[in-house]
Amino acid sequence: MSDISATLPADGPKQPLVFLDTAEHHPVNGTLLGFWVYLMSDCLIFACLFAAYGVLGREYAGGPTAQEVLELPAVAVNTTLLLLSSITYGFAVLAMQKNQRNPMLVWLVITGLLGAGFITLELREFAHLISIGAGPQRSAFLSSFFTLVGTHGLHVTCGLIWLVVLITQVLKKGLITANKRRILCLSMFWHFLDVVWVGVFSFVYLMGVLP
Amino acid sequence: MSAHDELHAHGDDHGHDDDLGIHATFSGYMTGFALSVVLTVIPFWLVMGHVITKSSTAAVIILALAAVQIVVHMIYFLHMNAKSEGGWNMLALVFTIVLVVITLSGSIWIMYHLNSNMMPSMMDPSNLP
Amino acid sequence: MLSHPDLAKLIFGRLSLDSLPLHEPIVVYTFIAVALGGIALLGTVTYFKLWGYLWREWFTSIDHKKIGIMYMILGFVMLLRGFSDAIMMRAHQALSFGDSHGFLPPEHYDQIFTAHGVIMIFFVAMPMVTGLMNFVMPLQIGARDVAFPFLNNFSFWMTVSGAMLVMASLFIGEFARTGWLAYPPLSAIVSSPDAGVDYYIWALQIAGVGTTLSGINLLVTIIKMRAPGMTMMKMPVFVWTSLCTNVLIVAAFPVLTVCLALLALDRYVGTNFFTTELGGNAMMYVNLIWIWGHPEVYILVLPAFGIFSEVTATFSRKPLFGYASMVYATVVITVLSYLVWLHHFFTMGSGASVNSFFGITTMIISIPTGAKIFNWLFTMYRGRVEFQLPMMWTVAFMVTFVIGGMTGVLLAVPPADFSLHNSLFLIAHFHNVIIGGVLFGLFAGITYWFPKAFGFRLDPFWGKCSFWLWVTGFYFAFMPLYMLGLMGVTRRLSHFDDPSLRIWFLIAAFGAFLIALGIACNIIQFFVSFKNREKLRDTTGDPWDGRTLEWSTSSPPPKYNFAFTPIVHDHDAWWMMKKNGFKRPLGGFVPIHMPLNTGAGVIMGAISFVFGFAMIWYMWPLAALSFVALLAVGIGHTFNYHRDYFLGADEVTRTEASRTELLASHV
Repeated sequence: MSDISATLPADGPKQPLVFLDTAEHHPVNGTLLGFWVYLMSDCLIFACLFAAYGVLGREYAGGPTAQEVLELPAVAVNTTLLLLSSITYGFAVLAMQKNQRNPMLVWLVITGLLGAGFITLELREFAHLISIGAGPQRSAFLSSFFTLVGTHGLHVTCGLIWLVVLITQVLKKGLITANKRRILCLSMFWHFLDVVWVGVFSFVYLMGVLP
Repeated sequence: MSAHDELHAHGDDHGHDDDLGIHATFSGYMTGFALSVVLTVIPFWLVMGHVITKSSTAAVIILALAAVQIVVHMIYFLHMNAKSEGGWNMLALVFTIVLVVITLSGSIWIMYHLNSNMMPSMMDPSNLP
Repeated sequence: MLSHPDLAKLIFGRLSLDSLPLHEPIVVYTFIAVALGGIALLGTVTYFKLWGYLWREWFTSIDHKKIGIMYMILGFVMLLRGFSDAIMMRAHQALSFGDSHGFLPPEHYDQIFTAHGVIMIFFVAMPMVTGLMNFVMPLQIGARDVAFPFLNNFSFWMTVSGAMLVMASLFIGEFARTGWLAYPPLSAIVSSPDAGVDYYIWALQIAGVGTTLSGINLLVTIIKMRAPGMTMMKMPVFVWTSLCTNVLIVAAFPVLTVCLALLALDRYVGTNFFTTELGGNAMMYVNLIWIWGHPEVYILVLPAFGIFSEVTATFSRKPLFGYASMVYATVVITVLSYLVWLHHFFTMGSGASVNSFFGITTMIISIPTGAKIFNWLFTMYRGRVEFQLPMMWTVAFMVTFVIGGMTGVLLAVPPADFSLHNSLFLIAHFHNVIIGGVLFGLFAGITYWFPKAFGFRLDPFWGKCSFWLWVTGFYFAFMPLYMLGLMGVTRRLSHFDDPSLRIWFLIAAFGAFLIALGIACNIIQFFVSFKNREKLRDTTGDPWDGRTLEWSTSSPPPKYNFAFTPIVHDHDAWWMMKKNGFKRPLGGFVPIHMPLNTGAGVIMGAISFVFGFAMIWYMWPLAALSFVALLAVGIGHTFNYHRDYFLGADEVTRTEASRTELLASHV
């Protein structure tokens, strides 16, 4: 096929240049990069919510204060669940690398259960707060608290739905490259939520209850 | 969610896993996990055990530990390094961190200034987290 | 309506027959006109049996060129709507003096200036900018499509969905009366209990999803899909400015999303972020929305800078002067645009240190912008400048934008801003940069790339009419506003007492009238060009003797763009190919990997519209239903693994052969 690639006329001043790639050209797949960029924009969503909490987090408006309503033991349990789910997702990725479908699915299910446990505990905390009159309407502090923590929880919920979809897809199609790529995307998503949670428990809970 | 799956979904099965670009290892995950457990336990212990009485000191330590833990997660769980995706991942991350810092510190600075200027009666140093 | 009031309330929420603005004659006439026009349009499409064609070739298309064109059409249609708001405002202000109260009741006038701002920024400038980037950028980097073709289609339909919500607000209920950024506490539920602000919130949120995703998409496209050999410093400047714009989109739109989401929570759930009680702080909204708002300005203007760079180099027959400095200036603007947001609210009450910090950063940002102006001037210097229409727009831009830039630096001085804040001086300033920068840039770009998109040029006579009417109209319309602003007239007033101001408003209204004629000439230009398309046909694919890769393809380009991926050796890749005796390949084509069309994007856009509408009118069951449907379609789409196909070598050969014939017949 080299006869069709363009070359210089004989009197050209320079070395012949090739202007066309005559082989079948496959651009690199951009999904993982694209997903990372999406996570970065998500990160800015959380940055704004953190900023809102940073500005409004001490506006108790005569209502309950952070020290009064935030319960660290429950948060410690939640943090444990999320950290564990992170490492179990890691094991799923390791199994995926070795093309072990069933062990991978088992690890994904465990991850999902840990995530569901996290959500359950968080919903219980929210329900408790609302029942004692510390709902999101009570003060700017509680508004920003519920929104920040709730947005994180919403992301975890989305992650869970995605996990279920992905398990179905692996069951249907096996560990094909497209599915592997999706597993890696969800892996990034899941670990990213972990990173955000580090910010949440440090900035909201631990610093919130400081005198 | 549908958004993230692309063109080569079916035509690409001949590509090998190396194309996906990450090389997770068991020891990497375990190291990350151990470090993050330690980095989580310390701040919880500091606060729940009332180890440090001065709030500002405790806050600084908590934030510093959180920053370290985030770095640990980035390296061991998110497999960040200067080379993945030709350095674009790292560039995007650094840019995002800069913007996060601008957004957070800028907002708090501006709003603090505003409160202290416009509402002197409500001015209270503890208004800052 | 249903007989049982509770059931009706459950299904229709707060929507009732009273929500239809039957008491507003202007709206009723508009509705009748729009309805008749719409029926005529739908009738024509049905009569010519075009539905199948439109659905297959356009709505479900994931071809970046077609999506780009659809974005441009959306932008142009919305321009007509946004401009009719503008001319109504100008006419009203010119009339509403002393005893006369103009022809718009105050609450209608307030909706009009809000809708004007929202539409012009979000549904004219944004779609047009995105459309041009979509159409041109992949061609310039030698790619066959964007990185995520389906996502591109989906983004477009989300934008359409948002635009439809704004249009719906005209006839069902009302639009926000809060100004284009909907500051609380005015936009809070206490002060604006009706559906207007909710239309605003949901239209922008839905369109914002599309914008963010398209930003990610184009960003990855530029990073991953450049032709071999095209290193970062060999990319055309338009690609560079697109890159920076998309970085800004990805980094800024999340902030808008949060800001509007918090406002929505305040309105729907009763939280206290921006309320005036229980610790809420309305100024936090202002702070957050401008963290998005200032980068947004650069999102719009950077691609325009890219267009001017391409146009200036092409029509001066010279490589762009100072390519590297142009790139660095763009990058510096990108970063600095995040450090200036407070200059939109100097008067809010921050102290001297905050105000001077942001004043200085604002002044600094004019340095890279100034460097760009000099680069364009030096490109023209000693070039063989051809004053074709795109170049005329560029020169008009340079003059106009410099004036706008200088008034901007004036406003960046906090003490000056204290007297000019929210005055008509500000209005004149930002129209000066947005019309003079963005809109002139878009017109230059449209004229420049139109032959590439459709295969024939735009008629130059009507284009020149439009050009002169737009430019003179602009000066007539906005220079008086500078004067009025300096005299202390504030923005958004619907009535004036001082008759001595009137002459300025009359001049401004005259300017708006000239612009209206300019737009009319635009439309005539499209019709005339279409009618004379055979005479204006571009057979070469390179009507302007261009420099970048998009001109190496046929006009319009085949759906695969490039039969073979080009290899780039320098910037101005196509110029170099021409100068080195490049010969088009005539055979040896191979099958090309192409994405398949899909209807998922249209369907999800339509469901989003229903969801937004249901949320606006508190139709909770419908909202829940449509949300679940949206989720189901989205997830269902991920089960579709069959998304691409190979375009056979024989079809590529056929397409390329017909181009060879075309080229030979017109030598």
